[in-house]
Formats: sequence, C-alpha cells, structure tokens
Amino acid sequence: MSNPTPPVGPGLPETQTMVSDTVTAPAPERQGRHAKKSGKPASLWTDAWYDLRRRPTFIISMIIIVVLLVMSIWPSLFTSIDPFNARSCDLATARQGPSAGHVFGRDNLGCDLYARTVYGARNSIVIGVLTTVLTTVIGGLLGIIAGYRSGIVDTVASRITEIFFAIPSILGALLIAATFRGQYNSILLVIIALSVLGWPMVYRIMRAAVITAKSQDFVVAAKALGAGSGRIMFRHLLPNSLASVIVVGTINLGNFIAAEAALSFLGVGVQSPDISWGLMIADARNRFLEAPLPLVIPAVFLSITVLAFIMLGDAVRDALDPKLR
Amino acid sequence: MKKTSADVLPAVGGQGNEPLLAVDNLHVEFHTRAGVVRAVNGVSYTVAPGETLAVLGESGSGKSVTAQAIMGILDMPPAVIPKGEIRFKGTDLLKLSEHDRTHVRGQRIAMIFQDALSALNPVFTVGWQISEMFRVHRGMSKSEAMKKAVELMDRVRIPAAKQRVHDYPHQFSGGMRQRIMIAMSIALDPEVLIADEPTTALDVTVQAQIMELLAELQRESQMGLILITHDLGVVADVADKIAVMYAGRIVENAPVYDIYKAPAHPYTKGLLDSIPRVDQKGHELYAIKGLPPNLLDLPTGCAFHPRCPLRQENCVTDAPPLYEISGTRGSACHYWREVLDGERR
Repeated sequence: MSNPTPPVGPGLPETQTMVSDTVTAPAPERQGRHAKKSGKPASLWTDAWYDLRRRPTFIISMIIIVVLLVMSIWPSLFTSIDPFNARSCDLATARQGPSAGHVFGRDNLGCDLYARTVYGARNSIVIGVLTTVLTTVIGGLLGIIAGYRSGIVDTVASRITEIFFAIPSILGALLIAATFRGQYNSILLVIIALSVLGWPMVYRIMRAAVITAKSQDFVVAAKALGAGSGRIMFRHLLPNSLASVIVVGTINLGNFIAAEAALSFLGVGVQSPDISWGLMIADARNRFLEAPLPLVIPAVFLSITVLAFIMLGDAVRDALDPKLR
Repeated sequence: MKKTSADVLPAVGGQGNEPLLAVDNLHVEFHTRAGVVRAVNGVSYTVAPGETLAVLGESGSGKSVTAQAIMGILDMPPAVIPKGEIRFKGTDLLKLSEHDRTHVRGQRIAMIFQDALSALNPVFTVGWQISEMFRVHRGMSKSEAMKKAVELMDRVRIPAAKQRVHDYPHQFSGGMRQRIMIAMSIALDPEVLIADEPTTALDVTVQAQIMELLAELQRESQMGLILITHDLGVVADVADKIAVMYAGRIVENAPVYDIYKAPAHPYTKGLLDSIPRVDQKGHELYAIKGLPPNLLDLPTGCAFHPRCPLRQENCVTDAPPLYEISGTRGSACHYWREVLDGERR
C-alpha cells in the first residue's frame, strides 16, 4: 500500500517523531503534518482528509462520484435532449446505432440512449445514498447500544435482527414493493423496502466492532477517569468502530444501487415514465441480441458507479485507521 | 452548570480522623459458569494524604480487583461485592449511585493502567485526550483546554510538548505513553491515585524515571498513592507502607522498612528470598514451591498452607486472622513470632 509521507521539515526524516525517553534529550524540532496551523488540534477527520487527498483510489473514485452527483442534480448540463419530452423520441429510429447527436444511439422506443442514461443517474444515486444513510443510522445506532449495554437489550435487539436477516433481501424487498405498489411514490417505496431489509447487516458489523472495542483498556481507562455512558459510546466506541461500518456502508451503497436495478428489472421498482438504470436494462433485454447498446450502456454506468463507491469505501477505511499510516 | 464532584462529596476534611481512603473488609466474587471465584476475601487498608501504599502480590492475588472495586469499574455482573466498605473521606463509595460515582472517578480518585498504549484511545491525538478531561469536567473551551494539556505534558516531562500534543498514542515510546496516561489521570487533581502496575510494561531505566515522576507529583500535590505491583524492587524506594496480598487476602502489612528488615509472614519471606542478590551468585535462586491457589477452590485454613515451609496441623484447619504485631504492623500467620525470630537469628 502506498503510504504518502507527510511534509516533514527540511532534512528531518519521519523516524525522528519517536522521542527518546531520556528526559534531558534535546527534543527534535518536529514539523508535524499540522505545523502550519499549530495550536489547533488535529482531529481524526482532518488527519484522515490529509491522508485521503494523497490516495489515487480516493481521487479517481471521488472524480467519478462527483461527476455522477452533478449528473443527478443537473442532468441538463450533460445533454440538451429532455428524455421526458415525448417529442425527443421517434419510433421510426428505434434501435438506431450511434450517430451524430446521439452518441450511444437510440433505444427500443427511439429515445436518445445517452440522455436517458444521464437522467437515470438521479434515481439510482438518490436511492443508493438515502438507503445507505437510513440503514447505517438505524443499524449503527442499534448496534452501538446493543454492543455497549449487552445483556437483555442485546439479546432482544439481536433476535429481532436475526428475524430480519432470515428474510432473503431481494425477495423481501420484492414483497414489500409489490404489496404497497401504487400507494406511495415508487422511489420512496424502493428506499423503504431496501432499508427495512438492509439494516441488520450494519447492525451486526457495528455491534461486533463495539464489543471488540468495549473490552479494550482505553474504554475502561476512560471510565476510570470519569467518562459517562454517552461519552464512552460516542467518543470512544463509535470512532473506533466506525471504520468497518463506513466500509460496509459504501459497499452497501453499491449493492443498493444494484438492488434497485434488480427491483426495477422485476417491475416493482422505479416505474415508467421515471427513468432508472435497472428499468432501462429491463426494457432493453428483449432485443439484446439485435441491439446490445441499450442494455450495455446503463449496465456499464451501473458497474462504474458501484465500483466507485466500493473504491471510496476502501480508501476511507485506510485513512481512518491511524495505525495503518 | 454541570453537577460537580463537590456536590457529591465533601470538598475537604471529611469526618473526624477518617483516613483519606479506607477499604474495609472488602469481598469481591465473580460468578462464573465454573463456579464462584472468590477474588478478594476481606481486604482492608487505608491511605492518608501524601502517603504511598504499595500493594504487593503475584498474579491472581486480588490486588487489581481491589483497585477496580475502588474505581467502580468492575463489570457487575459477573462481579459481585457481597460485603465490605470503601470509604472515601468517610463516604461509602459502594452506596453511591452510579451517577454520583462517575463524579468521583477521575476527579477525586484516578487510576493509571499497566499498558498505556491500550489505555489510550488510538483514534484521537494525545492532546485531544488530555484536554478532554478539562472540557468535560471543567467546561473549558477547546483552546483553553489544549493549553492546559500542553502544560500538563510539560509537567510530566514530555520533551517538545507543544509539538507532540498533536501526535497519536502509537507515535510515542512506551515510557512517554505512560507519562501521557499519568498526565490524564492527574489532570483534575485527584486526591487518590491508583497506579496498577504502572511500570511493568517498561524497561528498567524507564521504570525508575516513571516512579520518580510519580513520587515528585505526589510531593507537589499531597495525593494518596496506591501502587499495585509485583515488583519488590520498585516498592522499596517509593512506598511508605506495604500490604502483601495472597489469595485475595492481606497476609502482611507493615511500614516498608520493617518488612524488608524482617518479614513476619512466610509468604513475604519467600518473596524477599526469591530476589536475586549479588552475594548469591552461583547459587540456585530460591523460589516459593507450588502454585498460586485456585480461586474457585481455596485451600482450607490458611490459603498459603500447601506451599508453606512452616506448616503445622492447625494451619490446615484454622484460617489465621490478621494478628496485630504492633500498631502499624500485622501478619496473618499463626506462627508470625517464629517467622520474625527466624529472620533475626
């Protein structure tokens, strides 16, 4: 793993940060990584940020994610064609290959494939991000409380989690989405269906991490020096358990985007005329051999998005672990 | 305004001639699947301001459990305290609510741990961790608290404290980490400091420096120090009095000079005899025979009898009380006179 060296004072190697135990030893003038704003504490996050900016995986994944975010907020920046306007489609040109003005060609209904893919990013990203936030908050909070309190609280929370875990997630989401179909906004419904079945994973990771962290001396020491339960949970246990949850969260984000595609593909997710990549893949599958692009393009976008979030998760995990530096 | 420790406990004095901290007939049991582990069986000791009490004993003798009971950091369950009192300035800590005890911890009684690396939170800088004490308990602003943290790091003699305040625990050497732990524990000027084997994880030269530092800090602030150790060498220089523990009981307590001159319990004698000495070079080193007792199933009578060279019949049946030898000295051995005489031979 590439470990970027922080800027060190001229001619001072990093090894000099270890000051010898001899009290009288002259202290090396150390230029820390935060020397420029001395007097200000370097928090976990400032240090992690410093570290992240130097990681190629982080930079690449961040560029992809920023482009996707901009695409989902202002799709009109990327294309002048409005796919929601029926006049932009022309059945006579259905499945036409790439041409000037239509880089990826047209889909089964003669709509511009590029414009639809760009507009489809919004739903995929919104569903992925909101589901991840929801599952992480629910699972994380329950996990930290169950892990710290243990005993009866833990038992009850864990059994409930196991019940949810026992339900196959796509099947369960399919059931929820199909049952309430048409009663709610289809995007909201997908988020809820995926969240209800997605949080147990985060819960388990968080609980396990908290139980590991709880038995460590620094938690006992914090207690011995007068820290209360809230402080121990959120200042000592949470930051030490967060790294694994963030990794799971970012991987989940990719999975949720894929799950949304699966639900839409099965016809219970995002509904036409809304656009999503899963829906586009579903629409294109019948004519795949004749015209592969309408299926391949949203699939490639989907894969790149999922990959970008997983790469981000990896980079963030490494940066948040001070021992890896 | 937050509730302070002064609301929970009287600020100074206490009742009459109560010592600063008094542990009285403390019992601690652990209820495990294998049975009841009697880790502490009637321990009593006192600490006065400015006094250093060394609690000596091998692993499993109950010295750390006693300390954890004083701090209130035992996991209950499985731990149970069926009997005993822990009086801090006359107030029985065991009767306080968990909320009130939180105010005692850190502010009135603080503790330092054996392994400072694992006792410091790895994800925060040391400055953050020291200054947290001031932010949480004294309501200081971030910058004020950080200034105090640097002062404290200077006080525990960490070179270049101003720069190092932003470093993480793993960037410090073992001795420096223990200094940081000490800085955190003395941050709020506690009246009692419990040091649980503070130098065990360090090499010998650093051990001496840390002990010196603790003694210096104690002189400055007149706090009572409970030094838990199994290292007789560490004890001799700094302790005022010694309590020797075996199988969850105090088997001998005495002023430090007396105990080194003439131990009054065969176990203490065995410990002293097993220190390597220059004039014994070439001879086999003495060791106490046998193994420490199983706390699940303590021997009848005197717990030390299976290993005792002076064992008599009544040792197997009668548990010796802590016989008073003099006003400041006690020994839990039926034959303490013989042990003392044997030493003076």
